[in-house]
Amino acid sequence: MEEVTKHLLPLFKEITGFIYPNEIELHWKILIVLYPYLTGLVAGAFILASLVKIFNVKEMQPTYRVSLLTALGFLLVAPLPLLAHLGHPERSYEIFLTPNSKSAMAMFGFVYAWYLMAVLLLEIWFDYRRDLIRWTGKEKGWKKLLYRIISLFSSDISDKALTFDKKAIRVITVIGIPSAFLLHGYVGFIFGSIKANPWWSSVLMPIVFLFSAIVSGIALILLIYMIIVPMRSKLMDIKCLDKLASYLFYAMIVDFSLEALDFIHRIYESEESIKILSELVSGKLFVSLIVIQLLVGMLIPLFAIAAVKMFHLPEELRKLIYFVSALMVQIGIFSTRWNVVIGGQLFSKSFRGLTAYKMTFLGLEGLLVSIGFLILPFLVLYFLFSILPPWEEARES
Amino acid sequence: MNNDLQQENYDRRKFCQSLLGSIAFLLLPIQSRAAEKKNPNRVLVLGNGYIPSDHYWGMGIDISKCIGCGRCVDACKMENKVPREPFFFRTWVERYRIYEDDETQVDSPEGAINGFTTVPFGNHVIRSFFVPKLCNQCDNPPCVQVCPVGATFITEDGVILVDSDYCIGCRYCVQACPYGARFINPFTSTAEKCTFCYHRVAKGMAPACVEVCPTQARIFGEIRKKASPLVRFIRMNNIGVLKPNLNTEPKVYYADLDGEVR
Repeated sequence: MEEVTKHLLPLFKEITGFIYPNEIELHWKILIVLYPYLTGLVAGAFILASLVKIFNVKEMQPTYRVSLLTALGFLLVAPLPLLAHLGHPERSYEIFLTPNSKSAMAMFGFVYAWYLMAVLLLEIWFDYRRDLIRWTGKEKGWKKLLYRIISLFSSDISDKALTFDKKAIRVITVIGIPSAFLLHGYVGFIFGSIKANPWWSSVLMPIVFLFSAIVSGIALILLIYMIIVPMRSKLMDIKCLDKLASYLFYAMIVDFSLEALDFIHRIYESEESIKILSELVSGKLFVSLIVIQLLVGMLIPLFAIAAVKMFHLPEELRKLIYFVSALMVQIGIFSTRWNVVIGGQLFSKSFRGLTAYKMTFLGLEGLLVSIGFLILPFLVLYFLFSILPPWEEARES
Repeated sequence: MNNDLQQENYDRRKFCQSLLGSIAFLLLPIQSRAAEKKNPNRVLVLGNGYIPSDHYWGMGIDISKCIGCGRCVDACKMENKVPREPFFFRTWVERYRIYEDDETQVDSPEGAINGFTTVPFGNHVIRSFFVPKLCNQCDNPPCVQVCPVGATFITEDGVILVDSDYCIGCRYCVQACPYGARFINPFTSTAEKCTFCYHRVAKGMAPACVEVCPTQARIFGEIRKKASPLVRFIRMNNIGVLKPNLNTEPKVYYADLDGEVR
């Protein structure tokens, strides 16, 4: 109790105007910012992998397995911040046992389980099955056993079986794209369906979430590819990078248009909440929304990649621009999540005042734990890469 | 050979049996719920003989009678063991001051638990009044809709309650409430809100805030019984509800509600 008082009392000084007395405590903090950010990366990485498969984009083939494993690594971590933020994490299983069918949040468990079990794991399994069987023959000791278990003791690598694998992957991909849309569109719906909150309540929310997810996913794969390839002392495939960057560019154009539409629509409709929202945007959200999300995360990378496309720049410069742009996009998308989640709670539902959020450093909802949750997917990814190497050489041998 | 075949048949039968058995087990919760639905005449009676379905509760608030003394806020905190700290309120009182130049000032220092202090008049005030706030016990409650586990629910007598043994503390209901009526109890880490003092109402008593109000600005009663003082209050006054555009259908009715009140 004293801790709560100690944390909340100083916030009184930060309030401008009038807020309802219960509103001083901000309810969804940094952990809930992480959740849409992480699931967005999952959906984005998976959609990228699906594009490679469905449209058979040869240039991006080297990123296919990397994308799948990245999606898995981030998906495994995504529910952890959610769980950590619950007041009673030990009761979280109730969402599965007695879900309220009218609640958007209750569907989370089912969408998540469907995506993990029916889409991602299945696709990875079919894609790796042949290699797993080969590695079972090659490895010794615990690794042999591990591969045998992961391959679910299958041993058929006849042409017929391999053709079936390919067919299965295609089917799963076709089911997977709408599933990935569902996974992240649904996260947008959780916010977009709250009519009490004019900052969130928008029918565009799921679609904006989706496209920002695709943007962040492509940027992440670009970054991972550009870091991992030199680490393995290999040469980067510039054609693959060019293709990734142009996909990133087009996804950003769509994302930007949608966000601009949302913005213009709000200003044009100019509802009851417009005064307090413009106060919010020009004040407490100015740096994170206008400077970081719009300028750093969107406009500068857009112009940079457009410049690469227009002028034939040398390869090294292109790589540098791609890398820096992808990094800026990543920061921008994190900021987007921040602006939605935190921004939506900084104004009073009386539309008469603004409150404040002060992040703590320690504690479950603090900065340190959040950084941990951001690093964790990469550790999972490192583990996945080491047992399921996504490189072409591993496939050949 | 024949023996082998028999064995195989037997295994298959056993497999099918256990498969069906486990599926049936999974469907058990649905079965029990279906059984509940088959008995629509089941009448819930509380331990003390109170029958919820015989009532439908609401509250009227006569804004012109409220003097902003804050005794309701204090009584509510005492009755319901709400933490005394100024961040947790099941009910609070707001003061509105509307100036000549159309500027509106609203305040509620510590939820008005100690009333209000007078402010020096600078600008000319044209209207001023107090507005007690509490959970609106909506008939179309967004908080109940969003609760992922169904821990918050609407009773047969129209009150929204929270089962604190069931709430997982996800705070979605707090976000969904347009009136800021919910908070998280720091001791239980679960959602909390006004219950119309359900424990008192079920014993035939009025909610604590209604009982202590010195000017009878709060009127508690039945909505669906003609002889109720609340029905009379609703008939005799110009009634407004908070944020009607959100279609939450509140059951807290304000007489002479000013357009500035949100």
